[in-house]
Amino acid sequence: MFLSRCLVFLVRLLMGATPRWLGCEPHPRQRIYFANHTSHIDTLAIWSALPPALRKHTHAVAAADYWGKTALRRSIALKGLNAVLVERQPGQGGNPLTPLIDTLKQGDSLIIFPEGTRRPQRLPGEFKSGLFRLAQQFPDAELIPVYLENLHRCMPKGALLPVPLICTVRFGEPLGRLPEEHKDAFLARARQAVEELA
Amino acid sequence: MTPMEKFVWLIGGIVALLTLASLIGFVLKRRVRSENGLETVLNLQQRVNAWWVMIGIFSIAFLLGPTTTIVLFALMSYLALREFLTLTPTSPNDHRALFVAFFVIIPVQFWSIYDAWYGFFTIFIPVYAFLLLPSLSALAQNTDQFLERTAKIQWGVMVVVYCVSHVPALLILDIPGFTGQNALLLLYLLLVVQISDVLQYVCGKLWGKHKIAPVVSPSKTVEGLVFGGALAVGVGTAMWWITPFAPAYAAAISLVIVIMGFLGGLVMSAVKRSLGAKDWGSMISGHGGMMDRLDSVCFAAPVFFHLVHYFYVP
Repeated sequence: MFLSRCLVFLVRLLMGATPRWLGCEPHPRQRIYFANHTSHIDTLAIWSALPPALRKHTHAVAAADYWGKTALRRSIALKGLNAVLVERQPGQGGNPLTPLIDTLKQGDSLIIFPEGTRRPQRLPGEFKSGLFRLAQQFPDAELIPVYLENLHRCMPKGALLPVPLICTVRFGEPLGRLPEEHKDAFLARARQAVEELA
Repeated sequence: MTPMEKFVWLIGGIVALLTLASLIGFVLKRRVRSENGLETVLNLQQRVNAWWVMIGIFSIAFLLGPTTTIVLFALMSYLALREFLTLTPTSPNDHRALFVAFFVIIPVQFWSIYDAWYGFFTIFIPVYAFLLLPSLSALAQNTDQFLERTAKIQWGVMVVVYCVSHVPALLILDIPGFTGQNALLLLYLLLVVQISDVLQYVCGKLWGKHKIAPVVSPSKTVEGLVFGGALAVGVGTAMWWITPFAPAYAAAISLVIVIMGFLGGLVMSAVKRSLGAKDWGSMISGHGGMMDRLDSVCFAAPVFFHLVHYFYVP
């Protein structure tokens, strides 16, 4: 895990990435962390904010079209961040969630960005349905909303290198599941849970 | 006394002072009953503990030599600028300028001290950085609040990079009869500034009645400034033997340090409040952020540097 330690050190030196456990405590049970997405460092920031013991069993979800592109990015993502790569534009018939489902089946935790793409603003945009489907299929996994503060300023879309500004990673209260809740209502509630941490 | 003996006496004195402060904190914690009082005592203890850590870091840096000291101050500048710009609203169009501020201007400024290049050290930020940073922002083609954005970045770089860099720059002054002892001068500045802050705070808590600037900084009082400041000048005068100054000059220079430190705290507090914050950060527990500890140093360092340069360097 040498690479992983170097990455965490670098993130601490650049943006602090201090965790704020507002609605829950760090715990090794199975969790799906879902966060707003504004920069390439988001994954690293959440990863650094987690205690080392939890990192081993937590996998970030990364876009295969970005993180799988070069050998360097690939090894950062897979070895450094324990990431699971997903195809954002899957070929005919394939279920893009398959790698995530496999990870959850092993009992590990996931970090996902339900917006699907980076947004240039403070507050998250519309959530895609993946979170809803995973939440249904794994009813025992805790759903933890996460808000990443200031990361859109550290590395705005289009920037190649980050500027060091202090970022905080806020973990909220686990999102409850309501019986027979419709997909859209669930996603809106999930998004609001992230916004409330802002 | 050799410089090393002076250093040991100085650090020994500070350690004795901190031990006393820790003991006072320990006793107070057992005696205080009220909730408000307990909070003050806990904050006092946190502050004292942070002082132990800071003194430890500085002693090690000084023993390792000038290069380590310069690197330490570069790192402090970096962390302080990070706090400053985190609170300051910036636009994505300033990204390049900000990147250059952190990763070009800070290294070059501190490298010029390492290189002992006085002429470049004094003008690099006021001239070159001043002209380069707005150019980078202008190339991003966003004129919205351009002057405000440029001014904020420039001001941050001036205060936390340029002003702070005058502390390690004391190491390059060539003072006749004081060769190899410049680190003591640096310690002297930090000691007087910080002890002045502490004594003003303590005197203000004990006897403070008349607030000087309640809007800007509610904890600053006339009594705190006068009594605390006078005591700090006393400490500065008593420490004349680690400096090249005669006792009377040490008193005058300490007075300047105390006044500049006070103004620094006041101005930085106004900046902080205009940005809507109470503390600059949370790095140093009990104190707030790096900038909360450096604010008075920012203003005292350049004036101290130039006084010494004018009167003691031929």
